[in-house]
Amino acid sequence: MDLEYGPEYQEFTKEVQAFCKKYKGLSFIDSHKTPFGTSGESGGPKMLRSKWQKILIRKGYFARSVPKEYGGYGGEADMLKSRIIAAEFSKSKTPTPMGGQGIDMLVPTLLEMGTEQQKQAYIKPTLHGEMIWCQGYSEPNAGSDLASLQTKGELIGDEWVINGQKIWTSTAQFSQMCFCLVRTEPDAPKHAGISYLLIPMDTPGIEIRPLVDMTLMPGFNEVFFTDVKISANNIVGKRGEGWTVANATLGHERGSLAPPDATMNRVNMLIHLMKKETLDDKPLIEHPIYRDRLMQIQGKVLAQQSHALRLLSAKLNPGTDVKIGKMIQKLIGTELRHELEGLAIDIMGEIGTLYENSPHIRNEGTWQFIYMYFLGLIIGGGTSQIQKNIIAERGLGMPKEPKVQGA
Amino acid sequence: MYFGLSEEQSFFKDNIKKYLDDNATLDSIRHITNGDEKNLSREIHNGLLNLGINSLLIPEKYGGLGLDLLFAAVVSESLGGGIGPVPFIAPYVIAPKAILEAGSSEQKEKYLSKIAVNEALFGVGFSEFIGKRNDAGVSFSNGALNGRSMFVLDAQTATHILLADKKGRIFIVEINSNNIEIVNLTTVDKTRQYAEVICKDLEAEILIGSENSQEPIIKAIDAGRIMLAADTLGAAQTMINKAVDYAKERKQFGRVIGSFQAVKHMCAEMAADLEPCYALVWHAAHCHDHSPSEARLMACHAKSHTSEMGKGIAKKATEVHGGMGFTDLLGLHYWFKRIGVNRQILGSPELVREEAIQSQLK
Repeated sequence: MDLEYGPEYQEFTKEVQAFCKKYKGLSFIDSHKTPFGTSGESGGPKMLRSKWQKILIRKGYFARSVPKEYGGYGGEADMLKSRIIAAEFSKSKTPTPMGGQGIDMLVPTLLEMGTEQQKQAYIKPTLHGEMIWCQGYSEPNAGSDLASLQTKGELIGDEWVINGQKIWTSTAQFSQMCFCLVRTEPDAPKHAGISYLLIPMDTPGIEIRPLVDMTLMPGFNEVFFTDVKISANNIVGKRGEGWTVANATLGHERGSLAPPDATMNRVNMLIHLMKKETLDDKPLIEHPIYRDRLMQIQGKVLAQQSHALRLLSAKLNPGTDVKIGKMIQKLIGTELRHELEGLAIDIMGEIGTLYENSPHIRNEGTWQFIYMYFLGLIIGGGTSQIQKNIIAERGLGMPKEPKVQGA
Repeated sequence: MYFGLSEEQSFFKDNIKKYLDDNATLDSIRHITNGDEKNLSREIHNGLLNLGINSLLIPEKYGGLGLDLLFAAVVSESLGGGIGPVPFIAPYVIAPKAILEAGSSEQKEKYLSKIAVNEALFGVGFSEFIGKRNDAGVSFSNGALNGRSMFVLDAQTATHILLADKKGRIFIVEINSNNIEIVNLTTVDKTRQYAEVICKDLEAEILIGSENSQEPIIKAIDAGRIMLAADTLGAAQTMINKAVDYAKERKQFGRVIGSFQAVKHMCAEMAADLEPCYALVWHAAHCHDHSPSEARLMACHAKSHTSEMGKGIAKKATEVHGGMGFTDLLGLHYWFKRIGVNRQILGSPELVREEAIQSQLK
């Protein structure tokens, strides 16, 4: 056990701290058009989001291991540096680089499986925040059973013609492009009949309808495709390989949904709240039942933080077996965050139910919003029940459910 | 940066496990817990002494190995996994810790070097310092102890016992005295020994450093709690392994029950609950030696969180076995009970969490 990062990383930490100080209070002129990444505070410099992306790339704080010719920094991936950057940015409230499905999922996919021309065309503008992507995977009848998707793609001449409907499409209204799973081989077995297509969102025949979720925000969209025609070249991998292409990066999304350090920040916010709020003139933190529930949650979050260190270490020291350790991340991370936000609501009682811009609301209503939002994350990206199937079948080697004929 | 066990620690852990697999079979454990094989427990204990379990934490200058608490934690994990029917936490972790923290140089020289060569075997009774039940508790005056201490660990086979009063002062008493009475307490867990120790004008030697400071006893209790958490970790892992194996073999409705989601989800939940406990327990053990500012909180949460997860796993793993899980035939209940007692010893989860929050609000 050695939890020290070493002297070169102490230097690097100082460098990042100085950088954060320089950009203290940074905000963006165009934040309404860029849904990802934190927005920082105010009172400091103002700039376009894309300029910030470029500054971060030049420093090697973002897109570190993406080759220079595709717009990245062109360095070696360094997980400890990434961790230091994340920690220092979070501490100083410096705006994080944009994330989102284009950067988190499409870029790694193209780097691994894209053609040279696709890499040249898409990666740089995506990293710069000038090209936003949405993910066209789920359909009304293809949720947990994603591979049963039915949106159709036919190759007619040198064009794909696409018809069908996608759902749960976050940020479709902001996006220039969509990476989409489409059934192109109707006669092949279900997993082998899918292709991974790249669709410009301004193509005629695409209709976007906002889907308001329980938080009352249009967090998702439905996207309808009617005779949408795109170039035959806009395919990643070969025809029928879409399932493999998509799975190469799906695991990445699952891990990053609920990082325990962010959950611990919320625990500390809750402790602060419980010291300030009173019930019958006594601070909530002095009420035994509430403080015990707080401690139960703190114990769980500490366990997940330690677990994250173990997983980080396993990445740095190949050969360590953490197979099940990785599989549980999405399940335990999202469930715990939901539980924590729910505890804050409970300790506030009726005040915890206040929403939107009600008088007496605490912390801008974030406890209720995130409580509901995380129910969405528990369901999305593979439900908790699907995660348990994965843990049991792939982690513990338990047998699959017998197949139903025709499914 | 490396978070995990070193090669030596993994080697230690595997050695203890292998020794128990070979020597503390379920059959032997049945004999020991039925009380018809007194020597068997001693033989297993001696075998483990050969592997060095008594001298892990004792500094080299007193003849020990001078290792970190993480070494002891992995030993404890293996003992929990194999429900090792031997004294460990009291004589080889809490006692040396307490003496190291609070002993004078003479006391350290005298007792630690004896523990290292197996000439002294300590029981530990700190329950009343953590939470005094009813009229239990000992009081010290004129060099003697009066009163009684409950749930003293490993008193029956001890040569000495460490007792604590409500102020956190730690006393060494010898077992060879007419003024001490040791009453066997039968708990559900028969793989280890618990006793009530009654003192009547019992001559006692105070550990000097505990006279005006609670820091030594707290440090010793933290170490003990991390050991109990590790023991539960090992025991819970064994229960999960047994449940998963059983679910892969047992057939009903023409298929193995592990193919039913109702069953496999229970198994996945157990794995997801337990997996982070490894990191928590190891991290707590590491902080105990190397990060004093985090040590207290980590030790408290390691104990309470692992106890909570262990309780759920003990129940679910039994349920996965169906009726067989409930029988004595399978012996699964030994692990269930070990986890159940670990949960209460040195502070039940609620008591420990109360300490956790107090340590932060100071």
